[in-house]
Amino acid sequence: MSESLRISLAFLALATLFVVAPHLIASGVALTMMSLMGVMIIFALSYNMLLGQTGLLSFGHAVYYGLAGFCAAHAMNLIASNKLPIPLPAIPLVGAVAGLVFGIIFGAISTRRAGTVFSMISLGLGELVAAFALVLHTFFGGEEGIATNRVKLAPFLGYRFGPQIQVYYLIAFWCFVCVVLMYALTRTPFGRMCNAVRDNPERAEFVGYSTQRIRFQTFVLSAMFAGVAGALAAINFELMNSQAIGAGTSGQVLLMTFVGGVGHFAGPIIGAVLITFLQISLSDITKAWMLYFGLLFILVVMFSPGGIAGWLALHQPLLRGGRIVRLIPAYSLAAIPLAANLLGGILLIELAHHMLVEAQSGGSILRVFGVSMDGASVWPWLCAVVLFFGGALGLRAIWPRIGDAWALATADEASP
Amino acid sequence: MLQLITFSTLNGILYGMLLFMMASGLTLIFSMMGVLNFAHASFYMIGAYFGFEISRRIGFWPAFFVAPLLVGALGALIERYGLRRVHRFGHIAELLFTFGLAFVLEELVNMIWGKLPVDYRVPPSLDFVAFRLFDTTYPAYRIFMLATAVAMFAFLLIVLKRTRVGLIIQAALTHPNMVAMLGHDVPTVFMAVFGVGAALAGLAGVIAGPALVTQPSMAALLGPILFVVIVVGGLGSLGGAFVASLLIGLVQTFAVAINVSLADVIGPFAASAFGELGRAPLAQIAPVLPYLMLVLVLVFKPTGLFGNRET
Repeated sequence: MSESLRISLAFLALATLFVVAPHLIASGVALTMMSLMGVMIIFALSYNMLLGQTGLLSFGHAVYYGLAGFCAAHAMNLIASNKLPIPLPAIPLVGAVAGLVFGIIFGAISTRRAGTVFSMISLGLGELVAAFALVLHTFFGGEEGIATNRVKLAPFLGYRFGPQIQVYYLIAFWCFVCVVLMYALTRTPFGRMCNAVRDNPERAEFVGYSTQRIRFQTFVLSAMFAGVAGALAAINFELMNSQAIGAGTSGQVLLMTFVGGVGHFAGPIIGAVLITFLQISLSDITKAWMLYFGLLFILVVMFSPGGIAGWLALHQPLLRGGRIVRLIPAYSLAAIPLAANLLGGILLIELAHHMLVEAQSGGSILRVFGVSMDGASVWPWLCAVVLFFGGALGLRAIWPRIGDAWALATADEASP
Repeated sequence: MLQLITFSTLNGILYGMLLFMMASGLTLIFSMMGVLNFAHASFYMIGAYFGFEISRRIGFWPAFFVAPLLVGALGALIERYGLRRVHRFGHIAELLFTFGLAFVLEELVNMIWGKLPVDYRVPPSLDFVAFRLFDTTYPAYRIFMLATAVAMFAFLLIVLKRTRVGLIIQAALTHPNMVAMLGHDVPTVFMAVFGVGAALAGLAGVIAGPALVTQPSMAALLGPILFVVIVVGGLGSLGGAFVASLLIGLVQTFAVAINVSLADVIGPFAASAFGELGRAPLAQIAPVLPYLMLVLVLVFKPTGLFGNRET
């Protein structure tokens, strides 16, 4: 199978998935979640244009997402009040232009340097804009934000975009367009130069490119796509507030992109889908979900810097010859202590959280995975500690076996 | 007016010295290891909470000495078992690690001490009026904070400039490989510097906790300002960090105290030219000023005020 055919098939599969997803899981919650996932996929992919492809770690990417979202909300209100003949599906273009303009303004300042200094400047600019958001009430709407109504716009082909399912398809359409565009961008000479600037800026300069210019161009394009995501968020929520612009949102997109995997185009997509899903479902199950996110992030940074996509990509060559079967015994052996370790960790966090936060009002009984236990007695704590440390020791003991299994699985690769 | 100027200057210097207690560690860590420690302000927060917990159980003075040591030990452990592990993945991974760490520490504090501010009070032994000027009293605790900060500054200066350890640290700043060649254990030096930096931030937390508010968001509020300080002062320059800390401390304090808007200064023209920004009193714009300063410095003098390396 040729490569271009494979890529076309992958995009075809993605488009089909977008179309059939609401029919596979027909529930209101799932639809809301999938709409949000679509927005976050664009946002995370635009972030990865900076972090993964050009090596620029930004702590203020939410600025472009948020500012474009505010611009889109204002544009929608303006169109609705003046009865302009602009339909809702064109609003993301407003976001794109807003992202582009702000990208040009702030990019000119921040892309002068790369590396750690770029990160610091992006953080400073993010804080600057977030601080301004509290001063300029007309644009940012103060505490309550800017509300808008997507139904008030001119109908498009008879659709008014009131029901969530119509909004979902609007988001899915733009998400697909942006994914294709951003993928195409990585295949152009410009995309390759971005990688060169990331890997070896000195050589990129010698080839005759200005690294600063490449950084600036990527930054502007990335801000533009973030703007599309921001406009879609404004359409989806019909509300923009200063939270969308703040450090929390910037941190969230970093978390998604990095956990998904920065080295792979599909990484941020995986991350956006997974983290959005966890965010919505975990916050129902446990109140300490933010802590789990932080720990997940640190674990990925420490043990799997390629993220989920990087880990999967490692196994891809083994899949072809069916050699991956040779890893199964070692992996299933390691799964036991890993599960014990995770279970112990979760138990510890839940026990601690319950006893510290909720025990005064709700008593010391708590349920973890459907099992009731008394946080005031010593037994659950003892179990948790034994599971946690036993699992950690077990993992340590089994680790060499995984290395052996890897050596075995890849052994005859060189001499087929 | 004179009263306002005197007290704002005093408070500004105090705030600046507090900033410097943290910025000095941050800039030392940055110039030695190239790690921009995102979690530095978290150590300040942990210091305040440790101080609160120890002074509640034992007393303020034990807390004053023990809490910074605990925070320093925590910092050294994090360097040894966390940061050093991700070091081989490069600077971005290190930055991400400290970013995640700041997040986790805030959540842990949230969990242990709750989301609301804790009741961390000025100890009774220091709770009296130091002096009275223009009919306004100045609390002794603030003088104590100032004295602590100045003592710490002197200590740091003496250690860095007059001792053998300081010599090695200074050498490791610019030529870590050469220092390693000479037989010094550079990773241990790094760990020690990280630990001392964390301890200083912790000390700042212990003394600032009662005067400011001890709450989980205190790290997120102060962290970005610290970055502004070290960039404006010039990365890796202790003197620059000192001047920038005082500058930002004074600017912040004066901006909050002066209730003048742009429109008051240049007339109604400003209101039409700058809109809401022109009418907003300076006190409201105060949070923006440090970041504005950061952008201006980066545009006009990218090395920072006293730095010699291009940022």
